[in-house]
Amino acid sequence: MSAVRLTINGRAVDADIPARRSLADFIRDHEGLTGTHLTCEQGVCGACTVMVDGAPERSCITQAVACDGRAIRTVEGFEDDPVMEVLRRCFSAAHALQCGYCTPGMLITAHDIATRLPDADRDRIRLELSGNLCRCTGYLGIVNAIEMALEELRK
Amino acid sequence: MKAPPLDYVRPGTLRAAIAAMAEAGEGARLLAGGQSLGPMLNLRVVRPDLLVDVSRLEELSRIEETAGGLRVGAGVTHSAIEDGSVPDVTNGLMRFVAAQIAYRAVRNRGTIGGSLAHADPAGDWAPAMMALGASVAIEGAGGRREIAVRDLIADVMTTALDPGEVLVEVIVPRLSSDARWGHYKLTRKPGKFADAIAVAVSDRPRGRHGVAIARPSAPPRPMERAAAAMEAADGWSEALDRDIRAAVAADLAAEPNPDPDPVQRRYHIVTVARAARRALAQ
Repeated sequence: MSAVRLTINGRAVDADIPARRSLADFIRDHEGLTGTHLTCEQGVCGACTVMVDGAPERSCITQAVACDGRAIRTVEGFEDDPVMEVLRRCFSAAHALQCGYCTPGMLITAHDIATRLPDADRDRIRLELSGNLCRCTGYLGIVNAIEMALEELRK
Repeated sequence: MKAPPLDYVRPGTLRAAIAAMAEAGEGARLLAGGQSLGPMLNLRVVRPDLLVDVSRLEELSRIEETAGGLRVGAGVTHSAIEDGSVPDVTNGLMRFVAAQIAYRAVRNRGTIGGSLAHADPAGDWAPAMMALGASVAIEGAGGRREIAVRDLIADVMTTALDPGEVLVEVIVPRLSSDARWGHYKLTRKPGKFADAIAVAVSDRPRGRHGVAIARPSAPPRPMERAAAAMEAADGWSEALDRDIRAAVAADLAAEPNPDPDPVQRRYHIVTVARAARRALAQ
């Protein structure tokens, strides 16, 4: 067992956990925050993407103990976030989800695009989304939603 | 799947990390960004007893611009290089390579030294560093040594690192301002493992021409004949394109285990030719 102390959505968490425990399993099973989804568990699909110290990372291939001292932000931690408010609204308006399984990871990546690349065009949005798989939408709605959000955020 | 049971330590200094590796013996693996090791743990392709986390070591995060070029700590992330946090001594080549690695969420954690030490044959850094003539600094219980990246990569997933040694620094020679480079990554989708990656560097003022290839089936290698063809040429021409394709075919045929698949061989030749064209015809 290894000791880990970090914050999740601003709340301090102290735990003694097996070193093999992934950050994703820690977030879901230990903290009960099931908005972070798991699919491939090999860093490919992007469903588990969370913010670590403000930058998106894959929580499925990162050991929770290796995140000692870090600030984790999951999709649940963006309730009062102004950028995420715009993204949520645009995702809904542009039909950027169907089953919703990939959506938490999509929103984290979209938030990174909106803050890091506010002037991204459609090609750049698609490139940045290449690490998040969606099996329902064909991506068109997602790209439209992010483009719409960036436009609104630039105003 | 989930990672197998293992122990984890995060030593505070490089010396302590080397000691931890020496003490643990064969069952220990160094953990940097873990963006290759993490999936391999989850798939249980590797089953170490102990992870020695070196991702926060100050000794691995130094960045120093020198007269000769750049010394970049092994623990510097791809995204730091992508974002220009590292001085540009390669006329943008390193930034370009970094930006093509997997996805941003992976680049935020993955490191240049970890990528080289992992030696995945489809890795992005090895061909770029070979074409640039870069080397690495390695530290272990026996002291410090420096070797060329071309000598570091011994085989697929195999390096010249002894057990317990740590790759601490990548040493990149400076390109002259007139140097040109070309990069081509043959892949069906951005971020996916590539079918082939080639990097060509033409630094005429310094008399340095380097070409290297990476692909999933064999270790990354410098392409000597292709580099010689680039050196002999005066700018891009259709004749040079033919010469380079012939030179690459000869380089590939001279490998210990040439790829038996003609489609793959064609991928490799075209990828190198396109990198050379981007270097010379831009």
